[in-house]
Amino acid sequence: MPSANITIWRGDDDGQYEKYEVEYQDGMVVLDVIHQLQATQAGDLAVRWNCKAGKCGSCSAEINGQPKLQCMTRMTEFEEGEEIKVAPLKAFPLIKDLVTDVTYNYDKAKTIPFVDLVQPEENDVRRMAQIDIERVQEFHKCIECYMCQDVCHVIRDHPENQDNFAGPRFFVQLASVAMHPLDQNAKADTVSHGFGLEYCNITKCCTEVCPEGIKITDNAIIPMKERRADELYDPLRALGRFINNLKK
Amino acid sequence: MASNTVNTDALEARYGLTHRKDRWWAEPLITGSGLFLFVIYSTISAMLLGGGSAEAPILAYESGPYLSPFFEPLIHPGWLPIWLSPALFILWAPLGFRTTCYYYRKTYYRSYFLSPPGCAIREPASSYSGESTFPLIIQNLHRWFMYVALIFVPILFYGAIRSFWLDGEFGIGIGSIILTLNAGFLTMYLVGCHSLRHWVAGGLNQFSKSRYRRIRYWLWELFTIANEKHRRWAWISLIWVGLSDLYVRLVANGAITDFNTWPNF
Ligand code: SF4
Ligand code: SF4
Ligand code: FES
Ligand code: FES
Repeated sequence: MPSANITIWRGDDDGQYEKYEVEYQDGMVVLDVIHQLQATQAGDLAVRWNCKAGKCGSCSAEINGQPKLQCMTRMTEFEEGEEIKVAPLKAFPLIKDLVTDVTYNYDKAKTIPFVDLVQPEENDVRRMAQIDIERVQEFHKCIECYMCQDVCHVIRDHPENQDNFAGPRFFVQLASVAMHPLDQNAKADTVSHGFGLEYCNITKCCTEVCPEGIKITDNAIIPMKERRADELYDPLRALGRFINNLKK
Repeated sequence: MASNTVNTDALEARYGLTHRKDRWWAEPLITGSGLFLFVIYSTISAMLLGGGSAEAPILAYESGPYLSPFFEPLIHPGWLPIWLSPALFILWAPLGFRTTCYYYRKTYYRSYFLSPPGCAIREPASSYSGESTFPLIIQNLHRWFMYVALIFVPILFYGAIRSFWLDGEFGIGIGSIILTLNAGFLTMYLVGCHSLRHWVAGGLNQFSKSRYRRIRYWLWELFTIANEKHRRWAWISLIWVGLSDLYVRLVANGAITDFNTWPNF
């Protein structure tokens, strides 16, 4: 059996990296190797996981410096004998080993408004055309792995921005509310106020790491920035509003 | 128990600059150098070598039916000081459009501002406010420049059509093809613009409601195809406009001869 050269963060903020040699089999993913390590050498190693199918978003870590799902990173991605460094997510407070405290994300989730659905039709159904809902469906693929939140330099390198910045995962959620075809009162306010969209400098790291392939920047953040531009920075619309006011 | 704040001192020990082992620096280096080269070339060609009087420019930028796209449309009032280039009246538009373009912003934020230099690479700046305050808040002028670009692209097509007519005689030369492609590539860049894509239908939440909205949705889908390749068109159109200028100038200054159907040109 080949053996993997795993370097892993052990302990809390005062911990250190430790090296392990772990035997593994063909077809294994990094999470399997971590489990093997737990079973054979480090029984107290803390790691979150759930589905092992890339769908629960629990096993996010930084593997060789890149935010990745441990369960979706195949060992074949590495050269044999290569050092594989597994670190916890940087942007969140560390609890132990690979487990971080992601409360920040839950707190931000609470600030996102709900869709206010229109009244149902007579037979108690609400109808949406596929072309109307398609844009929003992309956003519903999110598995809340929070790797986009982790990689975003706005909070990763500047934690002091946390209060003013909801982060890419929640821009996706905001977009799905703001663009919802059956929302009664179009959520212009969602776009403009308090979520920190203007801190994003569209450098696209969130899109690069999203395991669900959501085009976070192109399809959620930029369109939301553009909705904001409609309100605040569009000369023709401003002129239109001015003329309308005159008429009134 | 872990607190709800990140221990920034501990991060240095845990991550340093980055754990990435791939060549993450290659892309910002290449794109940053590419942009730099273009800025140098266009400044020298359009601004420094664009001066002179209308009859005797420092280095000719017009030849027969061809006019360098840096000078299209040619505006050369008599009062323009001899050391100023007429490109001055034109270049602010593409400069503003490209500088505030979402794609170029990404590129120069990464390459020049190192904000961030790459994903999960530590950013050197100690504080960050993004586009929330002056000066970067002016990036929002992209909408204005998008409107300006909507005017300029037809002008470039006008220049491209003109390049098929020499003294009233229809013909075709390498230069006409180059200038037509230039207008075409710029169109592809423009229709992939995020602002334009938003402008046609991005603000709507229901596309299916009326025929008018469905047409707008159809346009939105069409522009989305170009939008997904916005980076590619940004580079193709940028490189091509530089090459078009270079070609016209080489022809105009006699360094090469244009291959064409006109007997006397
Ligand atoms: S594109 Fe914006 S939200 Fe996404 S990682 Fe970059 S700065 Fe953060
Ligand atoms: S948007 Fe993508 S990267 Fe962000 S939390 Fe959802 S699945 Fe993860
Ligand atoms: S364990 Fe569920 S995504 Fe990896
Ligand atoms: S976003 Fe690139 S031109 Fe508008």
